Amino acid sequence: MPTIIFIQPDGSEQRIDAPLGLSVMQVAVNHQVPGILGDCGGSCSCATCHGYVEREWAQHIPVAEPYENDMLTCAADVTESSRLSCQIIVTPQLDGLVIRLPPTSR
Amino acid sequence: MSEVLSGTAIIVGAGHAAGELATHMRDNGWRGRISVIGEEGSLPYHRPPLSKAYLAGTVTAQSLLIKPMAVFESANIEFIGGVRVNTIDRAGSRVHLADGRTAHYDRLILATGGRPRPLPVPRIQQRTPDNFHYLRTLADVDRMREQFKPGKRLVIIGGGYVGLEVAAVAIERGLNVTILEALPRVLARVTAPELSAFYAARHRNAGVEIRTDTQVEDVQLDPSGNAITAVVSVDGSWFEADLVVVGIGLVPNVELASDAGLAVDNGILVDEFGQTSDPDIYAAGDCTNHPNRFFGRRLRLESVPNALEQARCVAASVCGKPKAYVSVPWFWSDQYHLKLKMVGLSQGYDQLVMRGTTESECFAAFYLKDGYLLAVDTVNRAPEFMLAKRLISERIRVDPCRLADEGIPVKDLLTHP
Ligand SMILES: Cc1cc2nc3c(=O)[nH]c(=O)nc-3n(C[C@H](O)[C@H](O)[C@H](O)COP(=O)(O)OP(=O)(O)OC[C@H]3O[C@@H](n4cnc5c(N)ncnc54)[C@H](O)[C@@H]3O)c2cc1C
Repeated sequence: MPTIIFIQPDGSEQRIDAPLGLSVMQVAVNHQVPGILGDCGGSCSCATCHGYVEREWAQHIPVAEPYENDMLTCAADVTESSRLSCQIIVTPQLDGLVIRLPPTSR
Repeated sequence: MSEVLSGTAIIVGAGHAAGELATHMRDNGWRGRISVIGEEGSLPYHRPPLSKAYLAGTVTAQSLLIKPMAVFESANIEFIGGVRVNTIDRAGSRVHLADGRTAHYDRLILATGGRPRPLPVPRIQQRTPDNFHYLRTLADVDRMREQFKPGKRLVIIGGGYVGLEVAAVAIERGLNVTILEALPRVLARVTAPELSAFYAARHRNAGVEIRTDTQVEDVQLDPSGNAITAVVSVDGSWFEADLVVVGIGLVPNVELASDAGLAVDNGILVDEFGQTSDPDIYAAGDCTNHPNRFFGRRLRLESVPNALEQARCVAASVCGKPKAYVSVPWFWSDQYHLKLKMVGLSQGYDQLVMRGTTESECFAAFYLKDGYLLAVDTVNRAPEFMLAKRLISERIRVDPCRLADEGIPVKDLLTHP
């Protein structure tokens, strides 16, 4: 199973074995990762699963659909690395993926 | 306070609010026992897909769980499913369960949600016909889905969100769909006439028949009495049906609270920390009537964000870290490829500003009062939705002309409103 690493703004890390096919949001929710809420259940409606994907990983992940980018337009603390983790599905290529959490978790 | 943290907390209900309460109470330092008692057998699950992807059959029941059992187990949260809490004995700090058990509590949190408003037709009160459905629980949808076959005539009573979402799934499935709405337009209670007209047109284009100003008075049953054959309106019109789905609103589950003498008025009355009129008892979610700072009045809301965000505040407050629930209401509804998201409450608006056109199926309708934004309905327009959340919660004054001007990027509306 691929491992996904969640890093909090204070630097603390959680390394989690992520079942293939789940969304990164669901993986985080299943392990109570602080800062990832997933309130809308993954329907890309709430932006409470916002995280930063490091540049070297971006190439292994399908680019965001327009709707996801739209959701991020006015979200807090958005950078070029911002993604909604409900839209990233775990694949074997994502072993070692690092998701950093934004400073303001709502 | 630290003493109570090692006591017993009982959460009644096992829906969105309850699941969030339980894990957040642990996170907030509740050391003692946490029991979640729910009438439905399932762990808390996502309700919104019930009228969307789950009804359409594109997701499984397993995928609806909000969190797996392992999360509750590792947080040492006890889950008692399939049992109803019948009464609260406040003097004895106990609840009585339907299976005869009693349980002591130090803090009790009511997260009982609501139940579908019953259709006031005497003929179906004694016995529910097999093809007559309400839609609130997974069990409701499982029962309904078996009859969701192409070519069947579906009559939906109620043109609210649930009714419209069911219509969208059904027409795409190949059913013949008729919506009967008592008021002059669909979504009348929740949105402006422009939005109602847009949604009605979209559904009609898809082949849904919509009858407004049509109040249902009766049904006709087949000789066995087990199945409805037609729905009859006040003016005597008949609508033949193979199955009937009713979505005419929600009744909050307040009886547990009111029978125990707690203050109840269109929901269980709570303060901004979720505390009821008994300091040992809190409540969260659809069942509550709570103060809202942004709108300066009490509200009873029916939405996932309300249930979850209020639950988080109540969890902290119960654990002695009072956290006021201060939140702008918002909601979403998915029909066809239309992603509707709304923020705020439009009641009392004096100006409606459109950004984009309804013809493009990609627009935002802003509701203003005295130059401030009260609410927005967005269709396939996520940036405006996110913008409006901030404009309302940060009380930023907006220039209506700029809102309407699509030449101005949404981001700029936030910095130079
Ligand atoms: C079909 C459908 C579609 C929806 N779509 C959306 C949407 O798109 N977006 C959105 O934001 N919201 C949507 N909602 C609303 C949303 O699901 C609710 O607002 C939310 O589930 C409320 O959560 P809750 O925990 O307050 O109540 P509930 O989820 O209703 O949970 C309450 C639970 O308590 C149990 N209970 C009640 N009384 C007792 C008792 N005495 N003892 C034990 N258990 C008891 C009930 O059986 C129930 O399981 C939808 C709802 C439905 C039905």
